[in-house]
Amino acid sequence: MTQKSFNPLPYLLILPTLIFILLFTVYPTFQVLRESQVYFHPNRPERQRDTDLNLPGIESETRSIRGPYNVGFAYFRAMFNPSTTEGEIFYQVMGNTLRYTIVTVPVSILLAFLFALLVNRTVQGIGLARVALFYPTMLPMVSAATIWLFFFTPEYGLWNAALRFFGYRGAENWVINRDLALYGLMIVAIWKNAGYFMIFYLAGLQGLPDDIFEAADLDGATWLTKIMKITLPLLRRTTLFITVIAIIGAFQNIDHALILTNELVTGEADLLLYEIYQQRFVLQNYGFANALTVVMITLLLLFTIVNFLLSERSDDQ
Amino acid sequence: MTSNFIPQKSRHWGTIGANIATGLICLLWVIPIVWAIVVSFRPPQDSLGHNDVWFSDRLTLESYQTAIDLAPFFPTIEDGKISDSYYANTIQYVVLTLAVQLMTMPLAAFAFAHYEFFGKRVLFYLVLTQLMIPTVILLVPNFRTIRVLGLYDTTLAIAMPYFGSAFGTFLLRQAFLEVPRDMVDSGLMDGCRWYHLLRYVYLPPSRATLVAFGLVSVSFHWNSLLWPLVVTSDKSRPLTMGLLRFTQLTDIGARWSLVTAATIIIIFPLMLIFLIFQKQFIRSFMHSGLK
Repeated sequence: MTQKSFNPLPYLLILPTLIFILLFTVYPTFQVLRESQVYFHPNRPERQRDTDLNLPGIESETRSIRGPYNVGFAYFRAMFNPSTTEGEIFYQVMGNTLRYTIVTVPVSILLAFLFALLVNRTVQGIGLARVALFYPTMLPMVSAATIWLFFFTPEYGLWNAALRFFGYRGAENWVINRDLALYGLMIVAIWKNAGYFMIFYLAGLQGLPDDIFEAADLDGATWLTKIMKITLPLLRRTTLFITVIAIIGAFQNIDHALILTNELVTGEADLLLYEIYQQRFVLQNYGFANALTVVMITLLLLFTIVNFLLSERSDDQ
Repeated sequence: MTSNFIPQKSRHWGTIGANIATGLICLLWVIPIVWAIVVSFRPPQDSLGHNDVWFSDRLTLESYQTAIDLAPFFPTIEDGKISDSYYANTIQYVVLTLAVQLMTMPLAAFAFAHYEFFGKRVLFYLVLTQLMIPTVILLVPNFRTIRVLGLYDTTLAIAMPYFGSAFGTFLLRQAFLEVPRDMVDSGLMDGCRWYHLLRYVYLPPSRATLVAFGLVSVSFHWNSLLWPLVVTSDKSRPLTMGLLRFTQLTDIGARWSLVTAATIIIIFPLMLIFLIFQKQFIRSFMHSGLK
């Protein structure tokens, strides 16, 4: 690899990949930054003029109610002010996204670890058990949602039947109910993802050295001690990795919401990406959708930085 | 597989307990799919009721027939032309995506693994931005790009944002870096051109990575909904959108057998391939998690 003269070949080899990444990742990231400062709401009904003017920066009565015109950072000011329409939606959506992530990520990781312990044994039929736990990974999120839509049906849905068996007497329609819809989304996501995360733990468990466990056995360590003191610490990197893909996954896969919370018109269970979709493609509120996208990108970048710092630290140890 | 029976009482009971737990959890996890399959064989007009959510008095394929009649899952021939169908659309964009990825990825991975050049790190990070910001997040600006390019409602529109894959490039670069330096050097001594090196030195030992990426890519795109939903309107709709539309078209409450039949229709091929090559699939998905 002598550098006698300029060799354009590596650049040409990267070019095809780079063109598409520039066009569909880098350019849109900057475009959305600019567009989030433009008010554009082509199908805004005249009668909604009042709520429209709630947006700080859009005061003039003479201005077109549909835009487009430049509003600077008005959307961001509005979003962080809960008394505006945008702020109300923003707080609701961020709260939902946070709750959704905080529940689905740890629960599916915990289940994944438990599953991995159970199927990392040599018992007859264990291959079948792995398939039984992993198969939801191969299902589209929509079909998982259509199946679960039935389970959540009041009166005869199996989920409710099971809950009633255990003495549950609360509200039954997990899809339409404002308080339960978000939990409905969480349950589907956990059911779908636990088996996927399981395989990473399974790979991790299979890579653990046997002699440590033999030594622990000689010391008379119990099953639980071995897991807490040996297995989990040794699989720390695996856990970190799964956490990263779980969080990014929770942000980007909202296909089940299109089925499950479609009938909830008031947005009690809206997740961030779902709200972006709604604002842009259902309500045609372009500017707000772009501003929400900027928030999403910012969150992902912050997350990447935190994750980078964390993994640097665990490398040092 | 034989069970490693250890004649030690506590160990023995532990194993039994673990087996029961495994069995119960697996049962819980397969109930949804088993239920869907069972119900899809009920007659379409036979609605589910209290204590009647599994078998009907007869099993029939009528629900499948009705589902196929209601929505264009499969191509039909009209006036000598093959009509657009969900299946054909999904297969088209899944194959198109993978085919292009299999061309762009090895080239970029080869450049990053084999050459030293000015700006290599910056370019690599630029590619990796796609890992940080998943493409689907950018659906609002990307939709505009697709519109500007005049690609709305085409297979190409669904596939194009995924033509360059940071994930695949990264994975393949890792595989290329594992190729022993001696092999590369002897290739260079023999006067290999770069494409010979790529074809005969780098790619053969990286087959497993390519297969893993292929399986992950195919199942990801086969299953995706949000992006296709945004960039297609009619003729290019894939299977997942067919299912979404199907649930909106029919009065679901009364027609579960139709919805489950439609669900089985769209998941069947991928599930079948998964069940046949399950070990390969699980290994590939594991592999896809390499850091």
